[in-house]
Amino acid sequence: MELIYEKSQAGRRAGRVPNYGLPVPDVPEALARTSPPRLPELAENEIMRHFTNLADRNFGIDTGFYPLGSCTMKYNPRVNERVSKLPGFAHLHPHQEDEGAQGALELMWELQAILAEVAGLPSVTLQPAAGSQGELTGLMVMRAYFNDRGEGDQRDTIITADTAHGTNPASVTMAGYKLEKVATTERGNLDLDDLRAKVNERTAGLMLTNPSTVGLFDEGIAEVADIFHEQGALLYYDGANLNAIVGRSRPGDMGFDIVHYNLHKTFSQPHGGGGPGGGPVAVRADLEPFLPSPQVVKEGDTFRLERDRPKSIGRVRGFAGPFGVFVRSYAYMRAYGPDLQAMSETAVLNANYLLAELKDDYEVAYDRLCMHEFVLSARALKKEYGITALDIAKRLMDYGVHPPTIYFPLVVPEALMIEPTETEPKERLDAFIAVMKTIAREAAENPELLKGAPHTRPVRRLDEVKAAKEPIVRHAFGERVPTGA
Amino acid sequence: MAGAEMYPEDLKYHPEHDWARIEGDEAVLGITWWAQDALGELVHFEAPAVGDMAVKDEAYGEVESVKAVSDVISPLSGEILEVNEKAVEEPESINEDPYGEGWLVRIRLSDPTERNDLLDVEAYRVVVAEQ
Amino acid sequence: MTAGYLSLTEQDRDEMLAAIGVSSIDDLFEQVPEPVRFAGELNVPPALSESELVRYFEELAAKNVHTGVELSFLGAGIYDHYVPAIVDAILQRGEFLTAYTPYQPEMSQGVLQAIFEYQTAICELTGMDVSNASGYDGFTVAADACFIAKHATGRTKIVLAETLNPQVREVVKTYAPGFGLEVVEVGHIDGVTDPERIAAAAEGAAAVIFPQPNFFGCLEDAPALAAAAREAGALAVAHVDLTSLGILEAPGAYGCDMAIGEGQSVGNSQSYGGPHYGFLAARTDFIRRMPGRIVGQTTDLDGDRGFVLTLQTREQHIRREKATSNMTTNQTLLALGGLVTLAWLGPQGLRELGETCMSLAGYAKERIALPVAFEQPFFKEVAFRTPRPARDVVRDARAMGVHPGYCLGRDYEGMDDVILVALTEKRTPADVDRLADVLEEVCA
Repeated sequence: MELIYEKSQAGRRAGRVPNYGLPVPDVPEALARTSPPRLPELAENEIMRHFTNLADRNFGIDTGFYPLGSCTMKYNPRVNERVSKLPGFAHLHPHQEDEGAQGALELMWELQAILAEVAGLPSVTLQPAAGSQGELTGLMVMRAYFNDRGEGDQRDTIITADTAHGTNPASVTMAGYKLEKVATTERGNLDLDDLRAKVNERTAGLMLTNPSTVGLFDEGIAEVADIFHEQGALLYYDGANLNAIVGRSRPGDMGFDIVHYNLHKTFSQPHGGGGPGGGPVAVRADLEPFLPSPQVVKEGDTFRLERDRPKSIGRVRGFAGPFGVFVRSYAYMRAYGPDLQAMSETAVLNANYLLAELKDDYEVAYDRLCMHEFVLSARALKKEYGITALDIAKRLMDYGVHPPTIYFPLVVPEALMIEPTETEPKERLDAFIAVMKTIAREAAENPELLKGAPHTRPVRRLDEVKAAKEPIVRHAFGERVPTGA
Repeated sequence: MAGAEMYPEDLKYHPEHDWARIEGDEAVLGITWWAQDALGELVHFEAPAVGDMAVKDEAYGEVESVKAVSDVISPLSGEILEVNEKAVEEPESINEDPYGEGWLVRIRLSDPTERNDLLDVEAYRVVVAEQ
Repeated sequence: MTAGYLSLTEQDRDEMLAAIGVSSIDDLFEQVPEPVRFAGELNVPPALSESELVRYFEELAAKNVHTGVELSFLGAGIYDHYVPAIVDAILQRGEFLTAYTPYQPEMSQGVLQAIFEYQTAICELTGMDVSNASGYDGFTVAADACFIAKHATGRTKIVLAETLNPQVREVVKTYAPGFGLEVVEVGHIDGVTDPERIAAAAEGAAAVIFPQPNFFGCLEDAPALAAAAREAGALAVAHVDLTSLGILEAPGAYGCDMAIGEGQSVGNSQSYGGPHYGFLAARTDFIRRMPGRIVGQTTDLDGDRGFVLTLQTREQHIRREKATSNMTTNQTLLALGGLVTLAWLGPQGLRELGETCMSLAGYAKERIALPVAFEQPFFKEVAFRTPRPARDVVRDARAMGVHPGYCLGRDYEGMDDVILVALTEKRTPADVDRLADVLEEVCA
């Protein structure tokens, strides 16, 4: 399909900008644009068609089943879009005086209250832009806490599980900490002996996803918390998998001191082809002074943004956070009310149903009940027929299913990580089971069919080696473009 | 792509899958057949600068495929005298000829006794067999 | 199933439990050790049906004073520019709205191509070689630029012009300790940054970040600032406003190494500060140090053009603790809004947009009977001195239905009597007249 730049015709245009006939002040010559940017020049009709055609080449939750493990691709109710576009929200300027933003501040206050309740921790900042920024914010809060106690230089290490998302170690580095990894047992729990050997007075804290990235609840979590707290260290809960436990178990009750949420996972902010997200952070009471500035506070019946926070880590992004995301997630929560735990219960039910129906056809990484997601391995299929997790993923496309997450977690060879979420009806799950069984048969009977997949998408398998070797990352307009290679 | 699995007799090996061809007080370094095979088709060699110091058992560069990145560990210590521009320009040459055209750097040895710590081909084959 | 968005019937549930081989939902949660189970009911307000939900949110929204009900001249980083109708129409397509990061390119050619087109637009506007698929906002991209500069130069000092958006400086300072960076700020002289002071501060620095136009609305001598940075061996990073780039020179054309900024003014509503998109573009030399997603062009098995996420070995899911960033989720949908808007404007429209804003700012300068704070060339914002504390002026003007702008005293010492007035194409000369009249009255 042509690029929008290739459809461009010089002099054609869509939008008209008001011209009030006022004189335009001179721009100093040294600062003035010398050659115009080559933006597309199309009629509005053609712009609409271009992006409609691009949409046709994309697959969303609205298109079909999207069991992308670890990403919690649940239905995104359209009413959330409607309310986020109310003029009082969409056209509210972030510098509006607090008295002119009472509705926004009230919404944030109420959202914080529910998040605090879900985490079992009292204080929440909504500011972080995404889960990974929430992680970094949490680590900065840890550092500020230890600095405040005079232990900042002493505590220089963060411990993560060997199954952790890549964001955890990356956040550890960005926060200026050293990383130490702890092993997991065959049952998928943290290895307590390994942990006891590694946690000491140099440890600032633990970063853990629970249930873990393999979809299992850590059965030793209470002991894990004790090991860290006895050494004066803190526990950070990566909320990537919070959708498994809302209303069934609370990170604060497990012993975690800091928690981040992914509003785009658990609370249905649409993923938007990559974003936006939201990554609020909750902390125990004595960590509240270190949360980012500003914070929403309530005084009597009015709300305001508190900026005078002397112990705060500072600001991690602009303004008070991604407000439009808050509107959508708060609307999602209010549609459930106190029944929010039904969301997680159903997510766990759906995942276990798929696991039960598929475990005879695929190797399971861990033979126990799962939480909201589970990991299959294509190791046996690879050995017998040369069929990899990638081949299975590509073949699923031909059946109109978005592939699961593959090759993660790294501890499982040929991993397929499947997360159905709570919003799917049983017919969808049954159809997926049937497709997966068919693919397992095809792997044995006609492996070439899988290796050549997908057969029905707008493009066939793409040459990623070529893309990486000589990166072409913008349109060339017929010129030779320097590449990064 | 790469030829058949092969480990030349005349090289010294490091258990992190790196080799050294020692010539007087200099050595040429590269990664082994096993290493390039494990990584897959290479798309980038992040080379050190000439004049940098390579330190035994520490990384002096990185090699990348599309989905993996690996430190290149130096089997010996010394100043980088030369970087193989062909490996930078055409990283696939590392896959195709890991001991020849796909060499990575040439160094001047700073401690000639370090070579005694390296593996000969028999010992390295044992390391590979354990992988 | 009385509430929410669940799809199972009681019968479905029973059949599924039977297939799993358990008798109740509670059995599924057996693996959660008893002491850490939550047995109570969550303290959450009652569930609302969709119509109740809409009514409740309408009531909340009605408590806000938005730029449709108050004649507002607030800017200072976020602007009330017009967002074309096609933006919403396209962004509400479920194929874009409800997809995630295009890990599987064959399922995601639409969003991949759109990001490639966005990257192209950002490169065209900034004169850079490579753009990422978006950063969180115009504030965090400054921290990203510092991280790139530290690793590219091996230096640990960052120089920030004080005329940068104060929140940009705050974010950089929040990130700096973790990155091992020291931050130095360079003050302004009469509202603009002195290249000689930048040259002195840039000695031994990894990067110099300066704005164009600056937070006061003034035009900096950006080419001189970039040159001062580069002569000291520091990377020159321009923080720019996309709406200005039809009129103002592209940072790449005056020697910048990176161009960053807030994209909100092109294609996003104000939304009380987010979500928006930050853009980050750089010269080719820094492509392997860029944070976040980058889309590259390639071919499929048949030789047809296609797009993929590329250079992923930079990213956290592969490089982990050595990654160029921890970023995963970005702001793709908002960046798509930017691309659609830029296509709708085209090069001619973007230039006209800048001219209209600038001409309104010129009209405001002429019409408002207050002295300007800085006698400098400007783009779409003008700072005025008020005879009373600016805070009081804002309060009294708002009582008359006009928000005259941002109080610079919130961030700058000695500016309690300075108000920053922003003009977008959505304001008219008549609106400016009204502002002038109200200011005259409340300043009397």
